[in-house]
Amino acid sequence: MASKNKPIKDSTGDKVFLISIYVILSLVFIVVLYPLIYIVSSSFSSPAAVTSGRVWLWPVDLSINGYERLFNTPKIMTGYANSLFYTAAGTVISVILTIMIAYPLSRKTFFGKNALMMMITFTMLFSGGLIPTYMVVREVGLIDTRWALLIPNAIWVWQVIIARSFFQTSIPDELIDSSEMDGCSDFRFMRSVVIPLSKPIIAVLVLMYAVGQWNAYFDALIYLKTANLFPLQLILRSIIIENNSSGVMDAMKLVERQQLAESLKYSLIVVATLPVLIIYPFVQRYFVQGMLVGSVKG
Amino acid sequence: MVLNRKTVTRGIKRGISQEAKISFRKHWQLYVLIIPPVLFFLIFKYYPMLNAVLAFKDYNVIKGIWGSPWVGFKNFNLFFDNPMFLTLIKNTVYVSGYLLLAGFPIPILLALMLNEVRNARFKRLVQLVSFAPYFISTVVMVSIIMLFLAPRLGFVNVALNYLGFESVNFLGEPGLFRSIYVWSDIWQTAGYSAVIYLAALAGVDPTLYEAAKVDGASRFQKIVNVDLPGILPTIVIILILNVGNVMAIGFEKIYLLQNPLNLSTSEIIATYVYDIGLRNANYSFATAVGLFNSVINLVLLFGVNSLAKRFSNNSIW
Repeated sequence: MASKNKPIKDSTGDKVFLISIYVILSLVFIVVLYPLIYIVSSSFSSPAAVTSGRVWLWPVDLSINGYERLFNTPKIMTGYANSLFYTAAGTVISVILTIMIAYPLSRKTFFGKNALMMMITFTMLFSGGLIPTYMVVREVGLIDTRWALLIPNAIWVWQVIIARSFFQTSIPDELIDSSEMDGCSDFRFMRSVVIPLSKPIIAVLVLMYAVGQWNAYFDALIYLKTANLFPLQLILRSIIIENNSSGVMDAMKLVERQQLAESLKYSLIVVATLPVLIIYPFVQRYFVQGMLVGSVKG
Repeated sequence: MVLNRKTVTRGIKRGISQEAKISFRKHWQLYVLIIPPVLFFLIFKYYPMLNAVLAFKDYNVIKGIWGSPWVGFKNFNLFFDNPMFLTLIKNTVYVSGYLLLAGFPIPILLALMLNEVRNARFKRLVQLVSFAPYFISTVVMVSIIMLFLAPRLGFVNVALNYLGFESVNFLGEPGLFRSIYVWSDIWQTAGYSAVIYLAALAGVDPTLYEAAKVDGASRFQKIVNVDLPGILPTIVIILILNVGNVMAIGFEKIYLLQNPLNLSTSEIIATYVYDIGLRNANYSFATAVGLFNSVINLVLLFGVNSLAKRFSNNSIW
């Protein structure tokens, strides 16, 4: 009670509390950042330094052997090209399909929108399961084709919810009414009003689908058999997780081969993650925005 | 009265169908637009649900799904009598329960701490870095885990040796599997999950902080009495979603972390379905196991949601 008239200042207890928060957060910062730095440093260190555990923070005996080997391995480069293709094509298909369903669902005059929305949301709660889905994909003839990674998971319900609530809140009804009175068709209205007004949400959709597609491996694992179609993630799995380096380094001494195999793994991780992490600081706000739009209305 | 009500309902019905007709005529383009996405949902989401009748059949490749003979609950009984049954349930519940217990509070704590930070640059930097691992793919994540925990050359074992300890074969120890799974998951997603709470914190009524200040509340008291109640609705909703997903724990990461040595704790329902179904082509049995899992999950979600509705007025529908 006595503190009422005093100017409000942090008490000693508050100061200690605040300092411990800064200390804890700094620890969090280090714990998250350190493994990332370690990986990048290892990828630029000589294979011998990596395998003898001499790398702690910065690169030791600077070397790009791992990267050289990686770029000279056709298997990896094919995987890289495939992943770029899947990401580009998959994102375009997904974004278009998402808008095609999300925009009509956002319109008040769209008959049956609640039933349709329920039908879509239900697929979030319940699914036929792995095997029944696999059989459908097989039945429509997508197994072992590039389409298998582009179509069966093209629309994410969450993205539809996000896009729909964006359209609901940022396309004013008055605009729809007046354009309707002017005899503007729905297609034309979408093309010349909705799409230009929806750049932020389209950015969110593009980024989320692109990252998802770039990082995906499961569909490729179950639907693809031909190695030439494999995305990078699947190649990564075989080289790092299954430790299968055949076709990557032949005709080398065993020790050298083992060492190079280790540093190649680090370079592979860097190369596979780089495209996403480079754009990340610039697009973080879109992700946050996307999450929040969804959580407000979801 | 009765007659009146009837005419009224009929009137409303006609109103609705008329409204639909007008909407179809005026906005036919919108209805054309939804055809491809609706087909997508029907073919790739609803058709598999129909195919799930496979669980009640004895699948025969030649006869196809609908021609194969019905066997009732045989596949389910096979699963319940299977010695793996209890292990699978236990492994699934344990790993996701552990993840829930450890992984749920940490983003909340992280958000509450970040919210106290007044130095905008420090706050932004911590957020930027802690959010980043979310973008690492599952394959890369598991690769990192394996490289760091490798028995001989892994960073962690090199460090242990350096400090005078024996090497540990982390991924070969069934007892360590869950901890590895859970803590790497927290490392990867805590910063991402904190974002939603930070947004909720930003929406807390500022006058409440003023009042707390006037009452001489310490920072800690302010967190307990203003921040936490302020974000409670968000916490409850995220909790419902998490508990509802306990049985739907991600297949992808566990599958990659599995090896013959840790299988006794790492085999969960989802990885079992994959093994039995796609690798051994035992379609009916695998579908039954998968269906069992989906139904339990749905029941859980509805259960938790109605509990939350009763006790806190927060629910997801």
